[in-house]
Amino acid sequence: MKDYFTFLWRCFRVSFVGDRRYYLWMMVLSIISLLGLNAWARQLVYGLATTGMTDQVSWGLYIANFTFLVGMAAAAAMLVIPVYIYRNRELHDLVIFGELLAVAAILMCLMFVTVDLGRPDRFHHLFLKFNFPMSMLAWDVIVLNGYLLLNLHICGYLIYCAYQRRKPSRAFYIPFVFIAIVWAISIHTVTAFLYVGLGGRPFWNTAIIAPRFLASAFAAGPAFLILTLEVVDRFTSYEVPRKAQQTLTKIVTVALLINMFLLGCEIFTEFYTDSAHGASARYLFLGLHGKSALVPWIWTAIGLNTAALVLLLLPASDSLKFVYPACVFLIVGIWIDKGMGLIIPAFIPTPIGEIVEYAPTLNETLVCLGIWAFGLLIYTILVRVTIPVLSGQLTMDTDYSPKFPRRRVALPDRGNPL
Amino acid sequence: MSPEERPPIEAQSEPDMDRRNFLRNGVTAAGAMSAVAAALSPLKDMDPDDLPSVRQFLQKHYREMTPEELEEALARIAEQVQERHGVEAHVTAPEAKDGVEFVYALNLSRCVGCRQCVHACVQENNQSRSPEVQYISVLEMPRGTMDLEQGDCHYDRALVPDEDHFYLPIQCHQCAKAPCVKVCPVGATWTEPDGITVVDYDWCIGCRYCEAACPYHARRFNYAKPSIPEGQVNPDMSYLSNRPREQGVMEKCHFCLQRTREGRLPACLEVCPVGARKFGNALDPESDVAQILRTKRVLILKEELGTLPRFFYYFDERYPRAGSPTQDPEEGK
Repeated sequence: MKDYFTFLWRCFRVSFVGDRRYYLWMMVLSIISLLGLNAWARQLVYGLATTGMTDQVSWGLYIANFTFLVGMAAAAAMLVIPVYIYRNRELHDLVIFGELLAVAAILMCLMFVTVDLGRPDRFHHLFLKFNFPMSMLAWDVIVLNGYLLLNLHICGYLIYCAYQRRKPSRAFYIPFVFIAIVWAISIHTVTAFLYVGLGGRPFWNTAIIAPRFLASAFAAGPAFLILTLEVVDRFTSYEVPRKAQQTLTKIVTVALLINMFLLGCEIFTEFYTDSAHGASARYLFLGLHGKSALVPWIWTAIGLNTAALVLLLLPASDSLKFVYPACVFLIVGIWIDKGMGLIIPAFIPTPIGEIVEYAPTLNETLVCLGIWAFGLLIYTILVRVTIPVLSGQLTMDTDYSPKFPRRRVALPDRGNPL
Repeated sequence: MSPEERPPIEAQSEPDMDRRNFLRNGVTAAGAMSAVAAALSPLKDMDPDDLPSVRQFLQKHYREMTPEELEEALARIAEQVQERHGVEAHVTAPEAKDGVEFVYALNLSRCVGCRQCVHACVQENNQSRSPEVQYISVLEMPRGTMDLEQGDCHYDRALVPDEDHFYLPIQCHQCAKAPCVKVCPVGATWTEPDGITVVDYDWCIGCRYCEAACPYHARRFNYAKPSIPEGQVNPDMSYLSNRPREQGVMEKCHFCLQRTREGRLPACLEVCPVGARKFGNALDPESDVAQILRTKRVLILKEELGTLPRFFYYFDERYPRAGSPTQDPEEGK
């Protein structure tokens, strides 16, 4: 037990060690997090009136970000499946970065849900009277927290074993890895059902939402990991095999293709039928009765996703040169698609036909930025601590390497990617 | 955590360095803590009165309270109303009666869109006046359609009814299969045995899932602290209905259960100048509503969603134009 606390203490200390760029990055994130905390404090005092939400559009940016991040968390499965089911070697050592991303993303999800509550002081009511299995939100609470625990266990166990320089016992983590694969699918499916189950919102009440959620998540999540691995490769001593990123690129491409196909199916159904059922879709893509706040957003998203797809399909993308901008495009595109494109239009028009538009306020935006910054802060620390442990620099016997691994001087025979 | 304040990397042997590092760490920690404190500073504007009291924090769910605990809760509410509004309130918790299923019927041939029901409701049920929370939306519909999207709930006319429109008031439909009840993660909203869907305002966590689930746009959220001007508080209140609400919780029409469970009629019905609203016990065959459901042409809004509303619209058999004089067929016989 004492060893374990020493381990935590050492990890804590390592998280404060870095070069100037590391400090700058962490400081910027800390400042934004604090601005977000400040905005949330204001919201606690003056209520959700500080947001752009109304009785007509009763969910906004918070739930949109929540939905997107559930997808990011689920994407860890896209690393785990190739490794543990298809025995992919390149990705083997990188799985942990996906699982750490899942941990950080789920924490952000929980924060987004919390700031969306009108009465966070009554959070404990969830434990006292839990409407399970009727409420899909109750299901979501279970699957999200379960997924968090699973990933904390898997990462924590593997990292601690590496720290102790012993071989992890398969019985202690392999079963959890397989449970986590199914669980990853479930978190996004349950989150989709949260919306799909509402008969009064035709825009959501369609079976395609859950498959589309998964497809877009399996594009955005691995895309984020490709970028993370690139950062890890460049700024730390940890070498990321090129092939790993190429495998991830394939996953991203296929997932994005499926996502675009499902989007096409959705557009066809809504517009060819042209029934009153499609009022929200008309509002989203074309505008309704002169109101069209979301139109530029959704076309930007479609444009970004299409551009990403073209870049990914280029034969030249094998060299990863075009993959990085494609990843950025599709992460932004899918973020818009799931937020502005999925959550908000379902409220417009309202079930009784009123059209009230939604625009986030500054305070609401600051809260969102704060949570994002805090989540990235957590992820950075997790990755920062994991790398020296996995590469054997920080173990039980060697306190920790005092020197922050500087930029590699020599790049052994693999040329600079950019 | 600026570069200057970088914590020690290696254990230093010289005592001087130790002291310096200790000071540096101390300054960093103090700086971080004061930054967090500064970030939280808006909390000092919170009215201590708005914070839940210990009694309120520990209060059980309405349906799990013992009679003594309920008495205590009612006393606390009365005390709070006294403190906040300076009114001596009569707070009750009337129970649903056996053999009663409340049902509302609204005559679309008669409604003239005067919105008196909307305002009577706000006064009776102690809704916030600023921002104003209304349980009833009246849609002005062009003739020739039942497409709600064609309606306008913000119409502003000096005189109603307008010849080219008819009027469709919408409020909570008290569904027998209520989507809002189904989705609430904490069971803060439920359907009572007499068919009224209620909210425990002290249990709601304010997630607004019910508001997203409602097909009738009938639920309202207190985005800001509700305010009722002095002298306008209705002192006759009950736990599950019109007691004053707090910031961050859900509310909705409850068929004025503080009145209807005591044998009176809802406020919106009493004020209606054209008698378009009928209310009563559907299980009593002699009641107005039972007769209407038996004999009239009845419309159920969004019947296809299968929520089984207890709110019905009906039409007069003759003189179907809104605004034109209507006659009781029995009259003049």
